[in-house]
Amino acid sequence: MADLIVTTSALEVACNKIDESLIKAGVHTVLLVDQAGNVVASRGGGPKEIDIISLAALTAANFAATSELAKLIGEDDFTLLFHKGKKDSLHFVRINSDLIMVSIFDDNVSLGLVRLRVAEVIKVIKELFEP
Amino acid sequence: MALIDLSKREIHCKIVYYGPGRCGKTTNLLYIYNAMSEKTKGKMITIETKGERTLFFDLLPLTLGKVGGFDIRIQLYTVPGQALYEATRKLVLKGADGLVFVADSLRVRQVKNRESLEELRRSLREYGASLGEVPMVLQYNKRDLVSSPIPTIGVEELDRDLNNGLVFPRFEAAATKGVGVFETLKEISKRTVRHVTQKNMLVGR
Ligand SMILES: Nc1nc2c(ncn2[C@@H]2O[C@H](COP(=O)(O)OP(=O)(O)O)[C@@H](O)[C@H]2O)c(=O)[nH]1
Ligand SMILES: [Mg+2]
Repeated sequence: MADLIVTTSALEVACNKIDESLIKAGVHTVLLVDQAGNVVASRGGGPKEIDIISLAALTAANFAATSELAKLIGEDDFTLLFHKGKKDSLHFVRINSDLIMVSIFDDNVSLGLVRLRVAEVIKVIKELFEP
Repeated sequence: MALIDLSKREIHCKIVYYGPGRCGKTTNLLYIYNAMSEKTKGKMITIETKGERTLFFDLLPLTLGKVGGFDIRIQLYTVPGQALYEATRKLVLKGADGLVFVADSLRVRQVKNRESLEELRRSLREYGASLGEVPMVLQYNKRDLVSSPIPTIGVEELDRDLNNGLVFPRFEAAATKGVGVFETLKEISKRTVRHVTQKNMLVGR
């Protein structure tokens, strides 16, 4: 498995795009995570302090487990996962074979908007991090 | 698979403690966790069943100083040992940059040690890697029991079983007391970071 090398310029473009599309829309935290569970980028930062290292590791593990579940039922992979909480929700999406993006937002932000903006961000990041 | 962040000048590596159930993988991480300063360790996560057996993995993030101008961040993982959980072990193994194979010195676990190493070889192959390609060290754990009445396996025999030709560095350990724990960690970290930096030609970048 090839290592993931992140350059300053690619990361800057990605972070700017995340800020402009998601953070501005009210999403309080966005993480880019690689499939080994490392934090590639973290933007925003809500009122509560979130343990992003644990979040990243669990995200990667969760995705890995879900894609095994997908295989068991004959699906290719689930590219999207959504957990709705009482107040905060978690939205996970696979960007490419290396990267997963996590968005955390509360009920002031609509899921529809998040989906729309996530799709825009993915397009940009996909091109930046062509594996 | 390591993450190399040229912007923050950080290298993130994943090291997995592998081995049969009850050999002492979680004990290694707990000892490291308790011995490290707050500054160099992150939060330890364990996903376990009610009976304190590892269900998915344990994770301990560490910061280990600088190499060639890069900050080194290491995530230590353990796999669940129960035979049933092979699929879970494979998930945790995915993307590992370094491996510690923990063997149990108890005589009754001799076959389990061999089976676990065989499974590791097989899983790596499915990921397109092989033993010897990924940096690995062995740890012969529970050496404190050698002086007890409980039957144990000698080091030479463990070598013959698991490390024929002594291709991997191996350490004797008693993880509950911390003996050999940091020696093992130091050696695998050194080898893993060296492997990652050389592979990506980061030295002097
Ligand atoms: N005597 C002795 N017991 C140990 C040692 N290391 C671990 N154990 C014990 O072995 C059992 C299983 O350890 P654990 O770390 O949970 O094993 P894991 O399944 O590999 O994670 C526990 O009861 C530990 O206290 C050791 O070095 N010596
Ligand atoms: Mg365990």
